[in-house]
Amino acid sequence: MKPQTLYEKLWTSHLVRQQDDGTALIYIDRHLVHEVTSPQAFEGLKLAGRKPWRVSSIVATADHNTPTDHWEQGIQDPVSRTQVETLDANIRESGALAYFPFKDLRQGIVHVIGPENGATLPGMTVVCGDSHTSTHGALGCLAHGIGTSEVEHVLATQCLLQKKSRTMLIRVDGDLPAGVTAKDIVLAIIGKIGTAGGTGYALEFGGSAIRALSMEGRMTVCNMAIEAGARAGMVAVDETTIEYLRGKPFAPTGEAWDMAVSYWRTLHSDEGAEFDKVVELDASQIEPQVTWGTSPEMVTTINGRVPDPATISDPIKREGLERALKYMGLAPNTPITEIPVDQVFIGSCTNSRIEDLREAAKVAKGRSKANSVKRVLVVPGSGLVKRQAEEEGLHEIFIAAGFEWREPGCSMCLAMNADRLEAGEHCASTSNRNFEGRQGAGGRTHLVSPAMAAAAAVTGHFTDVRKLV
Amino acid sequence: MKAFTVLEGLAAPLDRANVDTDAIIPKQFLKSIKRSGFGPNLFDEWRYLDQGEPGQDCAARPRNPDFVLNKSRYQGAQILLTRDNFGCGSSREHAPWALEDFGIRCLIGPSFADIFFNNCFKNGVLPIVLPAEQVDELFRQCEAEEGYRLRVDLQAQKVIRPDGVEIGFEVDAFRKECLLNGWDDIGLTLLHADEIRAFEAKRRAEHPYYFS
Repeated sequence: MKPQTLYEKLWTSHLVRQQDDGTALIYIDRHLVHEVTSPQAFEGLKLAGRKPWRVSSIVATADHNTPTDHWEQGIQDPVSRTQVETLDANIRESGALAYFPFKDLRQGIVHVIGPENGATLPGMTVVCGDSHTSTHGALGCLAHGIGTSEVEHVLATQCLLQKKSRTMLIRVDGDLPAGVTAKDIVLAIIGKIGTAGGTGYALEFGGSAIRALSMEGRMTVCNMAIEAGARAGMVAVDETTIEYLRGKPFAPTGEAWDMAVSYWRTLHSDEGAEFDKVVELDASQIEPQVTWGTSPEMVTTINGRVPDPATISDPIKREGLERALKYMGLAPNTPITEIPVDQVFIGSCTNSRIEDLREAAKVAKGRSKANSVKRVLVVPGSGLVKRQAEEEGLHEIFIAAGFEWREPGCSMCLAMNADRLEAGEHCASTSNRNFEGRQGAGGRTHLVSPAMAAAAAVTGHFTDVRKLV
Repeated sequence: MKAFTVLEGLAAPLDRANVDTDAIIPKQFLKSIKRSGFGPNLFDEWRYLDQGEPGQDCAARPRNPDFVLNKSRYQGAQILLTRDNFGCGSSREHAPWALEDFGIRCLIGPSFADIFFNNCFKNGVLPIVLPAEQVDELFRQCEAEEGYRLRVDLQAQKVIRPDGVEIGFEVDAFRKECLLNGWDDIGLTLLHADEIRAFEAKRRAEHPYYFS
């Protein structure tokens, strides 16, 4: 048999039927649901007199709109509250494998709770009305974001209409230097291939540096596949994957576990499998990354400078650069280390897992928030992450450093709740998008790793974390 | 879904690359549980000078006179000329809902982000990919000539310029059929319900741990 890529294996094993023009029906194993992109889908289903096809595929939570403090007061914003209550009502009516509502111990960001509960398993197809669903590909599944019409389509039919993607292998070999993390790898990848570099491709991240990452690190990398334009990113199953899942609440047990594991061990690209494109990076050359513009590809290293539009010949690119610098309030050639930081956000589906919080705590320990920094938010990805961090005493380190220790949720990654930037403020953020207005109208986002965010918090400007640890 | 057959409409040029879905419809408007009513907040942060919040009367808000869709010559535009990677970022379908609600039925650009591209077809909005030189020429003509109108014929897969030049474009056969007829693809998929059930039963037998 011809050697297959991981993507081809996952595609073939879910193919229900294929039309002549290549449009296929793909069976969906897991449907993650949150409050923002589902109400119109449930409404559409009801209006058409349809029922969900298989409710045991649904795992739901409220995360985008939920506040991260004063939970005893409930959700103050009436519009946000309506959206969360609509999800409550829809799930109550439809049923689900699991629902983690607002304030539940296991509530959290949908892309954190899926894997940590074993609701995302290798070999699955996973969809969610959220572009960062690519995160789950870290477990060796085919996972991608969908729109609300597709949410309705999956609810009604358990399938998705898809065309097969091209495949791209991103091979990162070598040893990551100390202080350089999964976030720096993925930002370096986006810097190399651009925000549209992965459009139309399913990405597989491989190589020794990826294999050396924890599951948390792999999730960070796959999370930002969409920032490179790819709907799906994935990593082959190995012992790290299997050990991560052992004992998780929804992971199989006993004989079923053994049966599953023997299948999961086949979930890797075969020796000699051909990819449509291969991109290579040397991990030992990657430095801590910081974005300076309004697109994740506008990134450089901590020792770099803001680029100069005068050196760009393509007029569309030059204008884009000028617009970005104007929005960011940055002069050409400014050293990255001289950009002051007003707020710091440590959280989001990219970087809110236990390992991320440990990395940030390592830097914060025994240090204090710089006086010039107005606020440092630390927002764990889920109630379980929060509990574990507190068991390890990480929250005490953050609080002692003058950081705010919050309740789980999406928070200032997209500022749908009360956590947001004021116009003109610079933020060192561990999230995934530095688009204009993303963290609040006029806010200026710089994407960094958790360690680099903590370093900015304690020094008041971007600082090479390798000098602090 | 509204069918899309032939559209003859005013074109407007949005001359910037990497327009993301946060820019198309900012997050505060995503709190709505409806599919309609997003048009007044399309490109909210670029269109208005104040900060937009849900439930405002947008007619009374101060407009940014420099933003292209606020210019009088582009009022009533139904076709938007775009640059590379339009619609990148979030999967929010509120982006095509806002475009459609505003009156945009067709986008023409050199490339679109995947999820956004797909979402457009579900909402009667046709995104057309053309080579960068062709798009450049459309931008030039549109900016040079007030009242610049294009004719888009989906059946024939052609964009027809006012000077009579016809530009062919590619579109998936299935998506084209759905759009031409205004078909609901859930209904079409359910025609294969037996096949889905058979697939599901086989998968359940082979991999029971995905079904517990």
